Amino acid sequence: MIGVELYKLLRRPRTWVSVALLCALPVAVAIFVAVTHLAPPPGQGSAFLSAILHDGSLYPAAALALVLPVFLPVAVAVVAGDSIAGEATTGTLRYLLTRPVSRSRLLVAKLVTITTFVLVAVVAVTITSYITGVAAFGSAPPAAVGQPAVQPGGSVTSLSGPSLTVLQLVERIVGAVGFITVSMLGVAAIALFLSTLTDSALGSALGALAALVGSEVLVTLDAASAVRPYLPTRYWLAWIDFFRQPVFWRDIQRGFGIQALYVAVFLAAAWANFSSKDITT
Amino acid sequence: MIVTHSLTKHFGHIVAVDSVDLAVQEGDRYGILGPNGSGKTTLVRMLLGLVYATSGEIEVMGQQVPRHVGRVLPEIGALVEEPAAYPHLTGRANLALFDAAGPSGPKSTRRKRIDNALERVGLAGIDRRPVKAYSLGMRQRLGLAAALVRSPRLLILDEPTNGLDPRGIRDIRDLLIELNKAGTTIFLSSHLLGEVEHLCTRVGIFDLGRLVVQAELATLRTPTGRVIVDSPDADRVAAMLDGHVESRDGARLVVRHADAAELNAQLVREGVRVVEIGPQRRSLEQIVLEVTSAGSDQLSQEGGSSR
Repeated sequence: MIGVELYKLLRRPRTWVSVALLCALPVAVAIFVAVTHLAPPPGQGSAFLSAILHDGSLYPAAALALVLPVFLPVAVAVVAGDSIAGEATTGTLRYLLTRPVSRSRLLVAKLVTITTFVLVAVVAVTITSYITGVAAFGSAPPAAVGQPAVQPGGSVTSLSGPSLTVLQLVERIVGAVGFITVSMLGVAAIALFLSTLTDSALGSALGALAALVGSEVLVTLDAASAVRPYLPTRYWLAWIDFFRQPVFWRDIQRGFGIQALYVAVFLAAAWANFSSKDITT
Repeated sequence: MIVTHSLTKHFGHIVAVDSVDLAVQEGDRYGILGPNGSGKTTLVRMLLGLVYATSGEIEVMGQQVPRHVGRVLPEIGALVEEPAAYPHLTGRANLALFDAAGPSGPKSTRRKRIDNALERVGLAGIDRRPVKAYSLGMRQRLGLAAALVRSPRLLILDEPTNGLDPRGIRDIRDLLIELNKAGTTIFLSSHLLGEVEHLCTRVGIFDLGRLVVQAELATLRTPTGRVIVDSPDADRVAAMLDGHVESRDGARLVVRHADAAELNAQLVREGVRVVEIGPQRRSLEQIVLEVTSAGSDQLSQEGGSSR
């Protein structure tokens, strides 16, 4: 069943359109910056963007920071919100269930598929932005503005100063890709749950996005500091900690924890609702 | 094959299916008739485990539904309301996808089974077009093919000839009769009288969620003990059989008589010309109209529909 769902995901034009759009934003930004040489000063604008003029190989990190707050969650919410509701609308849900595919298996297959989609999207953004960054800005320039000097020989400056070897950089990027993928699973689980509640794919995607926007508002609100550690977006930016030397693990671990909690709660809710639901579409 | 005991389903305060005792035997061609909104589709969905009953029991091929529905579904081919497919994939890819989704569809025979099913429904020459380019009739045939890929023992079909032209309807009817002769039990629901009358051996008639009639079609249609005579000499016939003529409409007479052949011989002996003569049978239409009320799509003021 998981294979079938993956096949459906990969054969669907929408999947590739959304991945292409996700990759297009960093490319567009890179072109603007490369043409104008107007990178935001350090400490302002998107993380890492200030450094890319001097080292194009840091651009994947900048690109992930660009797509993370809005683009990626929107794409995930659309795919996850469509997962059950979309099948219900086209009527294929009833034919899948009478094949038979058990309802629990279908939910798990959907979650695995969504995870695969996020991973494919994040990896695609990383790879295309690396190529874009190196092409537009070159790699390993002699010095970085606002940062301690970069060591010659292809090493990259970490946010904390000491330089990273290429191997370390690759490890850090893999870690960041993994963390961002997991960060999206909370949204995915919320959208999947809503998708079992309604037959409207649009409704469930927007519902999940509303939950995210609400969370982002509360994260910045001091009066809501009591609930802040439990908000799904609280640790989203913790992937930046992978680029510190040494890696700052506390927020990363908490980020994994909170996403695991959201996935567990909303997957259970989705299962409880879906397995007892009358399929009338 | 299918047995239900006082099966009931409420949607909120609406009673969609009301204490239905259904009995479908192996080898039947069973047709469910009834006005729109009389609960046919809800019944079909309950048999397939898509909708859960409020109360009552369902047994399909000896297994409790919905508890063990997973054990019987692999042997059931189903078409529930309109067919559905992934629009951007070809028909063949759709069939392969649905076959792969279920448990243990033997992969080695998949291609052959799909080809076979497509040929049976008249789509053997199917090309690389995606399903979104299909006509309504092609989609309907594809939906039937999907139900046949596993060579099921039981076919549960909800409105199987929707969207088909007269030839298509005829093709599908012939196909279903052929499958039935090979041992497949067929259970279909329809609001088309002709479809059920031509195809089914047993009928159940639904009205307002209740199963009001369940019988062999032949039993329902036994002669009424009257003979219909069509004769240009209708006046002479009326005079001859005075007292036995129940009604007259021009040249057409309804005569109370047990044996049409006997009556025919008698008329011919008297030199009466007969265009047409035969025992009167109630049509399925009459039976359905007698036992059902207005469908739920008709909302008249004085409770023509309470639902």
